[in-house]
Amino acid sequence: MSAEQPLTGRARPDRRPHTLKEWRKLGGYDAVERGLKTMTPEEVLDTVAAANLNGRGGAGFPAATKWRFMPKPGEAPGDGPSYFIVNGDEMEPGAFKDRILLEAVPHQLIEGAILAAYATHASEIIVLIRDAYRDAIANMTRAIAEAEKAGYLGKNVLGSGFDVKMWVHPSAGRYIVGEETALIEALEGKRAVPRKRPPFPAQSGLWGRPTTVNNVETVSCVSHIVGNGAQWFRALSKTEEGGTKVFGVSGRVNKPQIIEAPMGTTAAELIERAGGVSGTGVLRCFQPGGGASGFLEPAEADIPLDFAHVAKAGSMFGTGTMIVLDESACPVGVIARHMAFYARESCGWCTPCRDGLPWVAEIMARLERGEGRMEDLEVLRDTVEIAGPRGRTFCDLMGGAMSPLGTGLARFGDLFEAHVREGCCPIARDYGRAAA
Amino acid sequence: MSLSKHLRSAITEEMDHHGGPRAAMLESLRMIQQEHGWVSDEHLEEAATLLGVTTAEIEDVATFYSLIFRQPVGEKVILLCDGASCYLNGAEDVRDAVMKRLGIGFGQTTPDGKYTLINICCVGGCDHAPAGVIGRNRKLVGPLTPETIDEILGEDAK
Ligand SMILES: Cc1cc2nc3c(=O)[nH]c(=O)nc-3n(C[C@H](O)[C@H](O)[C@H](O)COP(=O)(O)O)c2cc1C
Ligand code: SF4
Ligand code: FES
Repeated sequence: MSAEQPLTGRARPDRRPHTLKEWRKLGGYDAVERGLKTMTPEEVLDTVAAANLNGRGGAGFPAATKWRFMPKPGEAPGDGPSYFIVNGDEMEPGAFKDRILLEAVPHQLIEGAILAAYATHASEIIVLIRDAYRDAIANMTRAIAEAEKAGYLGKNVLGSGFDVKMWVHPSAGRYIVGEETALIEALEGKRAVPRKRPPFPAQSGLWGRPTTVNNVETVSCVSHIVGNGAQWFRALSKTEEGGTKVFGVSGRVNKPQIIEAPMGTTAAELIERAGGVSGTGVLRCFQPGGGASGFLEPAEADIPLDFAHVAKAGSMFGTGTMIVLDESACPVGVIARHMAFYARESCGWCTPCRDGLPWVAEIMARLERGEGRMEDLEVLRDTVEIAGPRGRTFCDLMGGAMSPLGTGLARFGDLFEAHVREGCCPIARDYGRAAA
Repeated sequence: MSLSKHLRSAITEEMDHHGGPRAAMLESLRMIQQEHGWVSDEHLEEAATLLGVTTAEIEDVATFYSLIFRQPVGEKVILLCDGASCYLNGAEDVRDAVMKRLGIGFGQTTPDGKYTLINICCVGGCDHAPAGVIGRNRKLVGPLTPETIDEILGEDAK
């Protein structure tokens, strides 16, 4: 089991975390010993590169490529540390995968963070965790104290000459904090508004020092790669992209849950393992990777889920936590909820997002009430055109919001029009709200 | 009422810890709120003085983060998820039932000061949808139904 599910296999059903002693018995910190005692930082980095580990925070950027931007000791201008930051802000609609990794297996994350900091020449590790994850904050804090006491954190770790500190920064709400440059602002005690890039965080990040930000799940993979080798990690996957994936399946399924499975597992298989489609039992569509990923339909339930394949299908693998809609669920209704969320969470910095999203949200609400007009659909299409993925906004929040809207309009345009023509939600009319 | 001795030293300690006064602002606000339920003007100003930042600086942070409360809240804060996975599992029926039962809308507190109701984005409990988090320790609750809301409302306020 745990060979196939390295990330979640050791998690207890009640999510009670292991003590350091218990974790050591399960092979914990072996990879840290191996990395720090027998490998150079460059060797750790090369191993992660060879493992094809893509970032699990949404964009799928290769972890090792990002790490290579970090300056070596002596190369960084000025004095001060480099930082390695773990992003545990998880707030994307439908995303609940980092929660289990933070709560149930905190030592796994510490191991990965130590090795990642070693490879990126960082001497301070900060784990930012959202306010609502209080168990995660408590469990991580406790595990860090244990690791420190045992000498895995601190000065001259395991006699390697490597010094590293680690602590938890609890956040206090706002989805935008998860955007990596906004997160850096937040850590500096400012309002979490994204920064202009360049300079990229590896050049000038927290307090102007070289900084790398990675997702909780990305970091949790690292000890397994260092411990078992790049080839082993690649072999876990069904595709070119290495590893397993901590998938989430929720929405209209009978047993919503976290499923760690090989990268490249299909939506059809994951939905089946989650007890099948609920409601009518017939799949209408799904978002493969959280709220900001575009809709896919039943014909695409058999594509291997990884960053490359999902992008090719016109969506985004994102967080890998899928939201499932059955025939009695209305995509217009789901999009309306998403738009209200993104509008509320806009940091307000740039105009298309600050002013455009509330407008879009209002139109969606109107459509759902059956008070929409055909011209409204034009406004929606224009907004997608102007601000769509990789559009003219300061960060990706707006582009992310446009993916469900854009793919929704493209795939379910007739349904949008039916809301206007019939003056109500045709799906609610046919199936009733009882299906919800 | 000014800040307790214990809180005052926790705030100064936080400042020495990592990154200095600015970086300590959010954690200071969190600690004040954990003890008092919300952050009053008086406490905000006291924290600013302790940290050596201006009131404007700390207010800037306090008002940005949605879970720092700058108004009094009820004994128990109920945060109901309005994310898509919860919506797809009847969150709005639960929302309506809670509002009816308490006689308040989102952002409001019951006249007896017992409950505050707030909507929140996905709480990472999509496997318990419809879900919410309640109380000062943000306990995850779900799947909620209109029939079982009394259980949550009755739970220990911590
Ligand atoms: C609005 C917004 C919110 C984000 N929230 C998160 C988040 O909660 N967690 C996360 O890991 N990445 C989040 N990201 C992505 C981060 O900016 C960053 O790319 C990521 O943490 C890098 O980690 P990775 O390379 O390991 O994927 C968000 C991005 C945007 C635009
Ligand atoms: S796109 Fe939205 S969230 Fe991002 S910087 Fe602009 S206003 Fe802020
Ligand atoms: S959508 Fe409600 S907990 Fe995730």
